[in-house]
Amino acid sequence: MSARDEILGRVRAALADVSPAVSVPAAPRVPDRGDLAALFVERVEDYRAVVTRCTADELAGVVAGVLGGASSVVPPALGLDVPGAVVDDGLTSAELDRVDAVVTRARVGIAETGTIVLDHAPDQGRRAISLVPDLHVCIVAADQVVADVPDAIAVLDPARPLTWISGPSATSDIELDRVEGVHGPRTLHVVLVG
Amino acid sequence: MSGTFVGMPAFPTAAREALGDTQLRRNLAHATHTIRDKRARVVAEVEDWEDLRLSGAGVKEAALRDLATHLETLEASLVRAGATVHWARDAEEACAIVASVARSHGADEVVKVKSMATQEIGLNEALEAEGIAAWETDLAELIVQLGEDLPSHILVPAIHRNRAEIREIFMRRMADVGRAAPDDLTDEPAVLAGAAREHLREKFLRARVAVSGANFAVADTGTLVVVESEGNGRMCLTLPDVLVSVVGIEKVVATWSDLDPMLRLLPRSSTGERMNPYTSTWSGVTPGDGPQEVHVVLLDNGRTRALADDVGRQALRCIRCSACLNVCPVYERVGGHAYGSVYPGPIGAILNPLLRGVSDEQTASLPYASSLCGACFEVCPVRIDIPSVLVDQRAAVVDSHRGDRVPKAEAVAMRAAAWTFSDSRRLRWAERASGLAGRVIGRFSRTSLPGGRPAAGRLPGPAACWTGARDLPAPPAESFREWWDRTDGGRDGGGS
Ligand code: SF4
Repeated sequence: MSARDEILGRVRAALADVSPAVSVPAAPRVPDRGDLAALFVERVEDYRAVVTRCTADELAGVVAGVLGGASSVVPPALGLDVPGAVVDDGLTSAELDRVDAVVTRARVGIAETGTIVLDHAPDQGRRAISLVPDLHVCIVAADQVVADVPDAIAVLDPARPLTWISGPSATSDIELDRVEGVHGPRTLHVVLVG
Repeated sequence: MSGTFVGMPAFPTAAREALGDTQLRRNLAHATHTIRDKRARVVAEVEDWEDLRLSGAGVKEAALRDLATHLETLEASLVRAGATVHWARDAEEACAIVASVARSHGADEVVKVKSMATQEIGLNEALEAEGIAAWETDLAELIVQLGEDLPSHILVPAIHRNRAEIREIFMRRMADVGRAAPDDLTDEPAVLAGAAREHLREKFLRARVAVSGANFAVADTGTLVVVESEGNGRMCLTLPDVLVSVVGIEKVVATWSDLDPMLRLLPRSSTGERMNPYTSTWSGVTPGDGPQEVHVVLLDNGRTRALADDVGRQALRCIRCSACLNVCPVYERVGGHAYGSVYPGPIGAILNPLLRGVSDEQTASLPYASSLCGACFEVCPVRIDIPSVLVDQRAAVVDSHRGDRVPKAEAVAMRAAAWTFSDSRRLRWAERASGLAGRVIGRFSRTSLPGGRPAAGRLPGPAACWTGARDLPAPPAESFREWWDRTDGGRDGGGS
């Protein structure tokens, strides 16, 4: 018998007398937290990420200021002119490793947890570009911010790869001292527009 | 390369050794208290935490009760999304599948995301035997692997090591397996993490095959989820061409929206954060982005055995948050190694016997590694009633010894107790004898309990089974009946 059939057979035998019907209590909704953008900023900062709020007109200047001349890579459809940036056309991992920074957009921001979620659409680029460079500048529109995890789950498309980011890469493995930046970007700079 | 738990001594022996290690006890107390305080703070922020727990428990329980259906759905969704699905009855089969995928790409090394399932099946050792090096990329797992050591905690596996030991391990071993540690390496955590970053980045950039586990597998969408902090998970899940994920069959949840309570419960219960730094999800292959060949190994290895246990089945709801370890008074004092398994602490004390049965001495000792205080159930985000399962597993251990030629000392003691308690004269006599024994033990004991009450350190004969792992309070010199007779129920003021 194949392993598949044997395992499924064992599962069925184990549950022969067990009713599959269980009522799953709905997950509680989250309380109204008022100004989501403000809460989002506060919670992202809690993770030792840097947050800047600006208007759409100020965006290009803010991003240039954050980069401060660092070499950068951008996804093909960022929708913002970043002078000097390389547009990703399938750079190798080794090439990405030589770039200082990356600028992307996001799909959704979660206020309660201070999380940004990338679904790696063309304005965010493939997973590797927001991972290898040491500085990640992530542009989030204020109207992309939702209250909590259930709202994000409802918006996100499971068919796409997703990366949920809450602050910079971090470890607490050595005597529980928190250290930023083990493998992912050591600095996360979120720019909230609008 | 890394150690193995096979052949570890039973819990009482291992615990006695661990208890004597004051450095270990100090490290553990610091870690467990820090994490549980953080957890308590962020859990208190959630108004409906109890409802969220009920929902999380329900999601996992519903998935388990109809597991065959969900597994078939998961397989179909994964295949539709471009993944290859394998099934593994046991550890050997699972390791062979991973090895054959690596070999088919001519890879002599793989990078690994920390995963309980791959530790459980001894994947690193199995790959090594095939000439394939498996590099752990989680910082703590790297420390454990380079130190040729064993993990001691689910969340912070190297918590038994302090910074000076870690520096020494990096200096001594990094050069043997890749980029050497810098000569001026200090024991600052940030500097040590920096050395690990350089050492591992070299491996991430050249690896062609990666191995992961999964925290959740969504049946209806074929989505796997990995929750982590460092970014090493993202590296492994993104940069190599080939990804193999070993997933226990109990990781399934039915639908995409079922992830909601889980992703709210796990980070707060685990690291005490509102959300962990990184969560990655992927459904099969995405052209032009990430691994272009994706394999999923669905692993049984005793899970169907646990599933058949009416009381124990709930242990399969476990999402490996490790909250139960951090509140357990027994774990806090003896640490992870004493449990002789990759699953230590309260969850390990039930999961190991459920997965493997209680026929060997090591697993049979685990259901006793508890004070039954109930703290583990209180914190468990999926409401696993660990104390009830422990009691049930103790019964299973006793049952497994029914046919023994020489009955266990415990069974003899229980029979004697039944005989004594069934007759009041016998009980009165036994109490006097116990008072006498108390005076004798009190005189010869070397240890005393908090409050100064004398204790028997280690008694001879069958009683050693009990006192080998516990300090037995010496019985009081006077029985309650004697006290009552002497003081007229305390009325003459002679009570003590
Ligand atoms: S048993 Fe519960 S508390 Fe313990 S690790 Fe599993 S989910 Fe967490």
